[in-house]
Amino acid sequence: MSGTLDAAVLAQIGTRSEPQTEVVTRRDIRKYSVATAQRLRRYVDGDEAPPLFHVALFWPIVPMAQLHPDGVATDPMFPQIPGRRPMAGGLKIEYQRPIRPGDVLTSTRTLTNIYEKQGSSGSLVFVEVVMTVVDAKGELVLTEQTTRIMR
Amino acid sequence: MTTRAEFTLPRPGDALPVREFRPDIVQMFLYNAVLWNAHRIHFDHAYATQVERHPGLVIAGPLLGDYLAQVVLEWLGDAGRLVSIEYSNRRVSYVGETLRATGQVKSVDPEQRSAVLELSVLNEAGEVTTPGTAVVRFAAG
Repeated sequence: MSGTLDAAVLAQIGTRSEPQTEVVTRRDIRKYSVATAQRLRRYVDGDEAPPLFHVALFWPIVPMAQLHPDGVATDPMFPQIPGRRPMAGGLKIEYQRPIRPGDVLTSTRTLTNIYEKQGSSGSLVFVEVVMTVVDAKGELVLTEQTTRIMR
Repeated sequence: MTTRAEFTLPRPGDALPVREFRPDIVQMFLYNAVLWNAHRIHFDHAYATQVERHPGLVIAGPLLGDYLAQVVLEWLGDAGRLVSIEYSNRRVSYVGETLRATGQVKSVDPEQRSAVLELSVLNEAGEVTTPGTAVVRFAAG
């Protein structure tokens, strides 16, 4: 294992974001459903949100000044490792119940793991972030684990 | 779509109905607008090809995950609920490609009335761009 992951980077494991609270509207669900070519009536009409709707609901809103020329903002949850950028990765979502209009949902993200593996084209750094979403009563709605590769 | 009344537990190897998607630039605009994602590789052709050296506009990764969820939910109808889904974006696809979202029943647990589904988004070359897995639980019969 190389020395990419120094103590300062590893010390970020456990970092937790500020909770983000959003109100779910029928209009937002309907927009999401058109944007993703949904066909089931309950999604198209906005009675219930499609399973990946929370990805849009909790996408960070940052000031223009924080968007880089490529249109992307730096995700403060990801460690800064010189020469590496987070690439596409994978998601695992566990559902307790569907999201519906009127829900007031709060998400909290936690950086749960950083580890390095040797791939065929050099070392890869894996970063895991878990997002929990709870409703206004504090009951769990879903958890989402994101694993992204930094190369 | 299946209604609860006519639903019987599936069997391993059962194929889910395939869904074909051909996202165009308008779809890509709407999807990134609804996410509030300004990454220019998804809607700015000159930037995507000249600066980031892609052959075209990149189809957003979570949209491919959503396609897999649609295959599951359109098959499941109101016969049960989605317990979990996971996927990973392994290979980039571009606007203009026709993608096939597919699924197959991998295993069934009659006690739990649950099933594990194996999912894939395939490109025109038949390569798996986005493998995934879902677990569904069927409502009591």
